[in-house]
Amino acid sequence: MGAQPPLAAGAVRLRNVTRRFGERRVLDGLSLDLAPGSFTALLGRSGSGKTTLLRTLAHLDPAPPDAVVVTPAPTAVVFQEPRLLPWKRVWQNVALGLGGDDARDRAGAALQEVGLGQHLNAWPLTLSGGEAQRAALARALVREPKLLLLDEPFAALDALTRLRMQAMVAELWRTHAPTTLIVTHDVDEALLLADRVLVLADGRITADIVTGLARPRRHADPHFIVLRQRLLAELGVDFEPATGVIA
Amino acid sequence: MERFSLDLAVSSRPASLSLSAGLPGRRYLSVVAIVACWQIGSALGLIPMRTLAAPSIILSTAWDLLMHGDLVGNLLVSLARAATGFAMGAAIGGGLALVAGLSRIGEDVVDAPMQMLRTLPFLALVPLLILWFGIGETPKIVLVAFGAAFPVYLNLFAGIRGVDTKLLEAGRVFGLSRRALLAHVVLPGAMPGLLTGMRFALGIAWLSLVVGEQINASSGIGFMINDARDFLRTDIIVVGLLVYALLGLGSDALIRGFERRAFAWRPSLMGR
Repeated sequence: MGAQPPLAAGAVRLRNVTRRFGERRVLDGLSLDLAPGSFTALLGRSGSGKTTLLRTLAHLDPAPPDAVVVTPAPTAVVFQEPRLLPWKRVWQNVALGLGGDDARDRAGAALQEVGLGQHLNAWPLTLSGGEAQRAALARALVREPKLLLLDEPFAALDALTRLRMQAMVAELWRTHAPTTLIVTHDVDEALLLADRVLVLADGRITADIVTGLARPRRHADPHFIVLRQRLLAELGVDFEPATGVIA
Repeated sequence: MERFSLDLAVSSRPASLSLSAGLPGRRYLSVVAIVACWQIGSALGLIPMRTLAAPSIILSTAWDLLMHGDLVGNLLVSLARAATGFAMGAAIGGGLALVAGLSRIGEDVVDAPMQMLRTLPFLALVPLLILWFGIGETPKIVLVAFGAAFPVYLNLFAGIRGVDTKLLEAGRVFGLSRRALLAHVVLPGAMPGLLTGMRFALGIAWLSLVVGEQINASSGIGFMINDARDFLRTDIIVVGLLVYALLGLGSDALIRGFERRAFAWRPSLMGR
């Protein structure tokens, strides 16, 4: 492994992460550094190992024996599904595992921040998909995470809700500045939110692009369009620039 | 989940069927007709009293037994037997389900014998129970407990193993200890299984009670029925049967009421 430079607080370091499912190498000797407070998107086709990488970062899967997995604590995850406990009220879900007498107040404040102040006492199953996912976001934020992992958090939402959620995540990231990694298969989403975009294919990072786009992001930005085409090409999607239609 | 939506579907059926729109009690017309035929048959002497008493006689006997006889005393004895046996059975079945559900070793030790015993028609244990415990209260209660333990065990075990692993994962990510996971995720998640098991167990508890009370009882509804048989009192026998039926219905309603409270978080139930 050799001597590693000391790691800044809030930084993430992966070295030599290999995961196999049977014969297939889902992650193949992967190495990655994330700077503290950075916003990175991880793109990849389905089955490219995106979620496996996120699960390794969340320590949901044990680290492979000869790998280095250094992540800051606390780490919070927003999953593709809200994963709220249906038998606990919304604020109790957000306060889950929080210690202290002020857990309820902190949960309330976090829910206020994601616009769910009216639903503190609601049962999760009565929330819409977008509301439930916002509650999941509040549950992650209330822990003041140093590392925020988002696993295709908006994939199950309708297009309009998704736009609002993306704006909310960008705003929350600006306010709280956790090191953030969003896993997505949506190139636009990656470019709207992240400053650095990684493409994962066959268990390796095949592209690592610092976008340099100004915020707020605009789809019409010529640089945005160029990056979009490049990333789509990296993902193996044929793009027809003249019509703007994906063939 | 499935079971609840089924319940809803059934309960909303009469309202949605246009046939029954004008007459809400239509479903019970045939029952009323059968009872009427029974009454007429008895009055005409087609159904002899020693075969089956007339509904009117059964009603007045029930009233008599309630006011002057020992129906209430016998009822309390039967209730106490059922409640004790059910509580013991549910505690044993539930405890074993926790052991088997929460650890692999526990499953290896507990599940195989339970699955084997489960296939035993437990009512056939009666002769053995009499040899072990005599003919007092004990064999009756043990029989009820034995019958009630299995549905609780099977359903709670399945409930624990069926807890959504995604929720467990979320709990782990948010720093819940093993104990907290158990309290906040596993046990609440297994609650529907537990209550399903309890409902089945109650049904079986009453059934075992009926059989158990045939063992040389000197009190209880079963005794009342057996005693009436010796005097050819079919009216008292039918009253006893009705009491058994009402006890079954009542205890089921009790559990359903509890379910409604415990599962307030289910939107399908909140509307009711």
